[in-house]
Amino acid sequence: MPLLEVKNIVFGAGSERKTPILSGLSLSLEQGEVHALLGTNGTGKSTLAYLVMGCEGYAPSSGEIRFDSVVINGLPVHERARLGITMAWQEPVRFEGISVRDYLTIGKKNVDPVSSLQMVGLSPELCLDRMVDKCLSGGERKRIELASVLALGPRLAILDEPDSGIDMLSIHDVINVINAFRKNGTAVLLITHREEIAGIADRASQLCYGKIICSGTPEKVAEHYKMKHCQTCDRVECHYV
Amino acid sequence: MSELDDLLKAFGEAGGNRGALADAGTAHLAASGHSLLSSHGVEGIAVDARETRKGISARLTVHEGVKLEKPVHLCFGVLHKKGTQEIKMDVKLEKNSSATFLAHCIFPNAEKVRHIMDAVVDIGEGAEMRYSETHYHGLYGGIEVVPKLIVKVGKNGRYVTDFTLTTGRVGKLAIDYVVEAGEGAVVELTARVFGHGNDEIIIQEKVVLAGENARGLVKARVAVEDEATAEIRGITEGNAAGARGHVDCMEIVKDHAVAKAIPMVQVNNPLAKVTHEAAIGSVDKRQMETLMAHGLSPEEAVDVIVKGVLR
Repeated sequence: MPLLEVKNIVFGAGSERKTPILSGLSLSLEQGEVHALLGTNGTGKSTLAYLVMGCEGYAPSSGEIRFDSVVINGLPVHERARLGITMAWQEPVRFEGISVRDYLTIGKKNVDPVSSLQMVGLSPELCLDRMVDKCLSGGERKRIELASVLALGPRLAILDEPDSGIDMLSIHDVINVINAFRKNGTAVLLITHREEIAGIADRASQLCYGKIICSGTPEKVAEHYKMKHCQTCDRVECHYV
Repeated sequence: MSELDDLLKAFGEAGGNRGALADAGTAHLAASGHSLLSSHGVEGIAVDARETRKGISARLTVHEGVKLEKPVHLCFGVLHKKGTQEIKMDVKLEKNSSATFLAHCIFPNAEKVRHIMDAVVDIGEGAEMRYSETHYHGLYGGIEVVPKLIVKVGKNGRYVTDFTLTTGRVGKLAIDYVVEAGEGAVVELTARVFGHGNDEIIIQEKVVLAGENARGLVKARVAVEDEATAEIRGITEGNAAGARGHVDCMEIVKDHAVAKAIPMVQVNNPLAKVTHEAAIGSVDKRQMETLMAHGLSPEEAVDVIVKGVLR
């Protein structure tokens, strides 16, 4: 059985949720699988992430989300987290008065914040006592978010554009983190726009107009993506148009 | 047990460093109600204190060029259930001196207590004063705290203060600070308060950037829950060329509590710039969800966020 199963999810935005975002989307992830999600802006990648995490206002109007065979549609975020799902946000929020050390141990006390920071390429000596507030750069905050998810040791990590805001020379740190998840048996739902990041996934899927239009190896999906041709909607509703 | 012992015991229980008051190398002043219990000066600072009808009056002077290594400890309190304590302070830091003051105000049993502070501070040219005031209140809420402060910071001087009242019930708090910053002076005022029950909080902090290139920051962090109310008035005037000021107010509201923020900025010189930001509301949803994604319950997440803001 897959670890995560998303079946025929329908979700709309706006008044009465009439603007379709996801239109019968289905996706599954095996334990320890790294699955990359590609697609142009506005195709519903982050929306899918919020739906799986159970964020407020992100309940599907139909369809099922199963984790470890259990339907989790009605569970709030923290109960999903306690099942082993967590997320690194595309634009992580800042916290006043919470140190990096504290942030990395929130939710799991017996972790080693030093090794988590080293894994994302940050110096523990320079970072641990800093606050997770406005003083961090965007890239530092992103790395700390990744380190915190790593420290939690989840069963499923949703990484929403973990590479955005990270300098080009440090992309290998993000790749190292994804590989560390894989090594730990953590499944990863990886949302990215970078081919070199998607390339390390076991499988990939392309989203278009709220549906998966192509799945397979990362190379195959990336190639399909770059062809700029959507066979599903035949460019009628497609974001490529 | 003497009154001083009682105060020191309460001071220690509130997390204060009792040893500092016994250290011959540390200046201090301790008063319970209107009894002056102990005062001690060290080389470079004159401490002159006396009892008045309802409290104490003290004059502290840090002499020119003196940089005090150890902080000056001020310990004030009313240990009885009822009482009034009026403290008049006259603090002067002479040219190029520097000192840190740690004030502990302790009211563990207050049911009907008034604590009034009326202070005038004069910071000379190039001098630096850091003043940290922490209150330890009991659980009854029967206390009224009225700190009034007028500060003048001379050329290139620096005044940094923080007021913390996050332990126990606030009762009624009415802070009224006015700070005037001279040429090149730097002023930072921070207040952190957590109100519960029917506590009433009013914080008015005004910074007048009178001198060229003066800098000012007024920062307030307040959380209120139950039926508590809070009103924060952060005022900054930019009156000289190159003056830069900022007012930053954040209030977190829970339950039936009510919070107001009234940031007021005024610029009287086209080369001055003053900005403000105010955020009031319940705990940020994204912050909550981020912590909940770490497995914290909503209640635990709120607790972590509020404690962080008030830290």
